[in-house]
Amino acid sequence: MFKKKWTTLLLTASLAFAVAGCGNNGGNANEGAANDGANESGNKVTVNFMHLWPEGVSAGQNKIVNQIISDYQNENPNVTIKQEVLDNEQYKNKLKVLSASNQLPDVGVTWAAGFMQPYVEGNLFTPVDDLLSGELNGKFVAGTTEAYAMNGKTYALPLEFNIAPVYYNKAIFEKFNLEIPQTYDQFKTVVKTLSDNGVAPIALGNKDRWTGSLWYMYLADRIAGQDTLAKAIKGEASFTDAGLVQAAQEVQALVDGNAFVKGFNGLSNEEAKSEFINGNAAMYLMGTWELPNWTTNEDIPQEFRDSVGFFKFPTVDGGKGNIDSWVGGPGVGLFVSENSKVKDEAKKFVEYFVTKWGEQSVTGAGVIPATKVDTSAIELPQLYIDLFTEMNKASSITLFADVQMKADAAETHLNQIQSLFGKASTPDSFAKEHDAAIKAGK
Amino acid sequence: MDKVMSNKKIIALYVLPALLLILAVVYIPIILTGYYGLTEWNGIGSPDFVGFENYAALLKDSAFWSSAWHALLLAIFSALSLIIYLAVAMVLASKIKGANLFRKIYLIPMLLSSVAIAQLWLRIYHPTNGILNSVLESFGVENTPEWLADPNLVLFAIFIPILWQYAGFYILIYYAALKNIPASLEEAAKIDGANALQIAWKIKLPLAMEVIKVTIVLAVVGSLKYFDLIYVMTNGGPNGASEVMASYMYKEAFKSYDFGYGSAIGFFLLLICLVATWIIRKLTATKDTIQYS
Repeated sequence: MFKKKWTTLLLTASLAFAVAGCGNNGGNANEGAANDGANESGNKVTVNFMHLWPEGVSAGQNKIVNQIISDYQNENPNVTIKQEVLDNEQYKNKLKVLSASNQLPDVGVTWAAGFMQPYVEGNLFTPVDDLLSGELNGKFVAGTTEAYAMNGKTYALPLEFNIAPVYYNKAIFEKFNLEIPQTYDQFKTVVKTLSDNGVAPIALGNKDRWTGSLWYMYLADRIAGQDTLAKAIKGEASFTDAGLVQAAQEVQALVDGNAFVKGFNGLSNEEAKSEFINGNAAMYLMGTWELPNWTTNEDIPQEFRDSVGFFKFPTVDGGKGNIDSWVGGPGVGLFVSENSKVKDEAKKFVEYFVTKWGEQSVTGAGVIPATKVDTSAIELPQLYIDLFTEMNKASSITLFADVQMKADAAETHLNQIQSLFGKASTPDSFAKEHDAAIKAGK
Repeated sequence: MDKVMSNKKIIALYVLPALLLILAVVYIPIILTGYYGLTEWNGIGSPDFVGFENYAALLKDSAFWSSAWHALLLAIFSALSLIIYLAVAMVLASKIKGANLFRKIYLIPMLLSSVAIAQLWLRIYHPTNGILNSVLESFGVENTPEWLADPNLVLFAIFIPILWQYAGFYILIYYAALKNIPASLEEAAKIDGANALQIAWKIKLPLAMEVIKVTIVLAVVGSLKYFDLIYVMTNGGPNGASEVMASYMYKEAFKSYDFGYGSAIGFFLLLICLVATWIIRKLTATKDTIQYS
């Protein structure tokens, strides 16, 4: 008898406590909001800013972020920018968790298209079109802000713009008398020569999967043409298109020809990159965000940095692709939270940040910003200028497939890439799985 | 003091904080997970109730069942490896020289964080300059295995560090259990002419049986819900060859943004663990516990 009574009582009591706890928290939150509201009229304002450039991994970017923030705080003494820094993958997870509990930071970093779609649909990001028509009007490189547009509104402002060239080690190419391949047949000869001489032709860390996706996308682009690839990703055409299937076959042919470093399906992109940097592999297909590592990063030996060159992904005979067609697109952009209590301040900060980032990221970090830059006025490494020029004459830029697709389809795409490279999936089943996943619309 | 502790109200008062805590961080989330499993939810906005759709899909999901099979394999290997740990513990407990030192050495992996262990073994398994393949090459093996990239090998390659990680923990538990057996029993047996093997089999093993049962449950349930090393070392790849239930759940929830389905997997995993525990308790049940002293 005792037991029952007491258990009930205890449970009730605990419930009461829990509710009281929530009530208290709620009260505090309201108080905080009230304070924040008062702050906008001149007192202290705190803008929470979450980003993904930790000092250890992205030293250049981290320095710029801190520089911009301290400049901004000096110019606006009433504003404090509170940073929270996380590594790429953890950042994505935390953003997800915060959004579920409606506690997004005032300003944060997002990716384009498929990644930000659930956030936009959940009304968590606020449109920033007013910023686009303000001071920043006409400052962005064409095609960058569009990737962040949905239902006629723009939900984030891009910071970077990337394309993916094939980087190669000039020293290795010289040693074996190799020329930069213009056509895919020449490329295959290069691969064969390197492989016959015991040098791994290509560094690839396909544990991360999007890395292999770049190879498939380029082959698809060169064989089936940019238009077909873009349509297939959007679900307007089928992946069973002859050209797209052939691209998948070519991927497996490369694997058969030992084109990639040993154990590539178990290596991360970082591990693959170190194979390239150590001179164990001759080529590396990667985005321009790696530029600082080939130009200004003092942690990497000067000798190696001097020997890095790049070439455009070669054309395939009889293919519909154009050598000036690239895989790439805007990297990350800044969003302002819809539920932010300091929305106006946050927007002002974003505007300032984007402008300053454009000026400083070129010289400071050596990355290519999404805003227009006048490269002639500043002294820059040749590799940077060359790639920058290439980007400006690009005939088309296809956004990374896994960024374009919706979350579930992107996951299927990435898994299929890994199985295609690992020969667990045939080119035909690769195509069918893609069609099914994109059709499901999730 | 006795008087205070016999007052049921006081007992209840003392239990209250812990009860609240466990309700808030364990039981309520479990119930919520069960509920989310009945919804379609991308983690943002409000969940849509869909009944048992997720569970129905789960039963037909071959990717889930292959991950369940991998977790079961890990559970079997973990349970079997307990035999080795028990043997090692018996040797250590039999007053050999340096037993103390060995015990500490075995415990070291347990003290390292999972991520550090994963990084260590990633380097050991590195296909070109890892120590394992270097050693194999020096013995003249030409096509050294790609440990973490070969779908047929990856699972077993990952089991080794997992087993290694927990070896010290189980050895320590067994060691403590064996040390608890009164020396007088062993001496008596010796006088009666029992050899070392007989002592181990007839005296030590039965007396440590209760502890052994607990470790079997720990090993099996721990394996079924295993996550860390797999997440860091292969992320379930290549193409799901090393996926286990927990890593699959994580992927569905956080990569595919399908929190409803992810919750369903999580809840199902809980049920599997409960059933496994129940079965093990049933199988290892003895009528009465043996007591010699």
